[in-house]
Amino acid sequence: MTRSISDIRRGLAAGDFSSVEITQDYLSRIAQHNPALNCFISVTGDIALEQARQADAALATGEAAVLAGVPLAHKDLFCTDGVRTSCGSRILDNFIAPYDATVIERFKRDGAVMLGKTNMDEFAMGSSNENSYYGSVANPWNTRHVPGGSSGGSAAAVAAGLAPGATGTDTGGSIRQPAALCGVTGIKPTYGRVSRYGMIAYGSSLDQGGPFARSAEDCALLLQTMSGFDPRDSTSTEQAVPDYSAGLGQGIEGLKIGLPKEYFAEGLDSRIAGVIETAIAELRKLGAEIRDISLPNTSLSIPTYYVIAMAECSSNLSRMDGVRFGHRAENPVDLEDLYKRSRGEGFGAEVKRRIMIGTYALSAGYYDAYYLKAQQLRRMIKQDFQQAFADVDLILGPTTPETAFELGAKTDDPVSMYLQDIYTISLNLAGLPGMSLPVGFLDGLPVGMQLIGDYFDEAGLLNAAHCYQQVTDWHLQVPEAFR
Amino acid sequence: MTLKIDDVRNIAHLARLHIDEADIDRYVADLSSILDLVDQMNQVDSSGVAPLSNPLDATQRLRDDEVTESNQRDKFQAIAPDVSQGFYRVPKVIE
Repeated sequence: MTRSISDIRRGLAAGDFSSVEITQDYLSRIAQHNPALNCFISVTGDIALEQARQADAALATGEAAVLAGVPLAHKDLFCTDGVRTSCGSRILDNFIAPYDATVIERFKRDGAVMLGKTNMDEFAMGSSNENSYYGSVANPWNTRHVPGGSSGGSAAAVAAGLAPGATGTDTGGSIRQPAALCGVTGIKPTYGRVSRYGMIAYGSSLDQGGPFARSAEDCALLLQTMSGFDPRDSTSTEQAVPDYSAGLGQGIEGLKIGLPKEYFAEGLDSRIAGVIETAIAELRKLGAEIRDISLPNTSLSIPTYYVIAMAECSSNLSRMDGVRFGHRAENPVDLEDLYKRSRGEGFGAEVKRRIMIGTYALSAGYYDAYYLKAQQLRRMIKQDFQQAFADVDLILGPTTPETAFELGAKTDDPVSMYLQDIYTISLNLAGLPGMSLPVGFLDGLPVGMQLIGDYFDEAGLLNAAHCYQQVTDWHLQVPEAFR
Repeated sequence: MTLKIDDVRNIAHLARLHIDEADIDRYVADLSSILDLVDQMNQVDSSGVAPLSNPLDATQRLRDDEVTESNQRDKFQAIAPDVSQGFYRVPKVIE
């Protein structure tokens, strides 16, 4: 089951198989493999088969929508009307969303089938998927290793062929890092490109939804459905959305690609640097011009990000109070006890750490030293990119400093986990689009390469990734146990 | 930046989070090490730099003050922990 979304669309259109048949195939693969991988928090088989029947009826009339009958999985952070939306947390374990996120609504409009809701780090806080109330996810390439996070379930589901595509969200790397660690393709669009309405908020000025798939070609299809202005998201942008699929295959002759020296410095596994060098050589053969650039404030991105993300999460998660929805503690003696114990019981340790740091950074007397300082550095980090894009079209580097680490290897030291995000989080601070695509293996584990684009240049990223994937086959590799 | 046990108790109170006494020492150590990481921000002089809150420097979009939502009280309250006659019930606040 290594079919791409493009293959599935062709097969459905040609009548080689029905959506019900292919949906059943995926549901039985999920039943077979999910106990070992734990990619899914909820499997929505009945909904999937009903949507598949409707898609088959539409396909029979010849007037089907663009993704009619294509089965997909959604990160359990997107609200789904009538279906539990847990965000990987005990506090929302009983939360049946009363409405659809805009992203979910658009996939319904375009005829896609929902297989289920995927596992994730609680409230998208983590880089290993080990912070989920529903347990960790295993990496399909080596089940003793993490899949990355926070969208670990989505990345692992695509890598193992339990879904041909999936949605994720990216606040500091949560699409690109698990895509890299699981050997799949994932894109985080420009801030404002994809509506955040119905995406349970972590860091509102950083969060963006995006797709995972087996190729840039498939990501282009999914991103097309997800993108576009939404009046219900006050930070949604009114920029026109180009036809991403039509933009593929334009070639990259003369494309100027910058290599930030800070992304190849100390802290990067030298063998990853070697794999990336080989990929750069391929791009050179395709006509790209490679240039050295500098993003001098890269090392500041981690402290800056954690102040801003934690401050925003401490505000956003205050709505989890045990009053209107979610977990409520038993027999509260007063309202304060209700709040404190509902939240204390409902949140895991990492979420509590981040809420407390954010609360501290925003508290009286500390605001200037932490939050204001971080916002100033945020502008300096953005300016680094703006200067770089004056000279180059794309920026390239590794997605992560190492390949998938072993389960449990970093759980005792939150700061060492945060350092995994060194190459990904500055894009969220700047609001830029980025993607990760597989470019090789080390010890049987995938290596991801990150491409960074200028504002709203998702088309340029997808085209460059597609050109690379036309001459290489890393994206076609499938872990042996899941062929 | 090293926090003390009382600092962590106070932060937890401000955040309305119950922390088990047995876990306090662990939070003191973890939060202190995160603040050490955060203190790296001070290596750079950023005086005079305008703070950036929206990555696109966008301002809040406004809309006409019109009713756009329908009343879905019953649907929303169906998932609430405790409701009565259309109200959310909480422990007594005013004596």
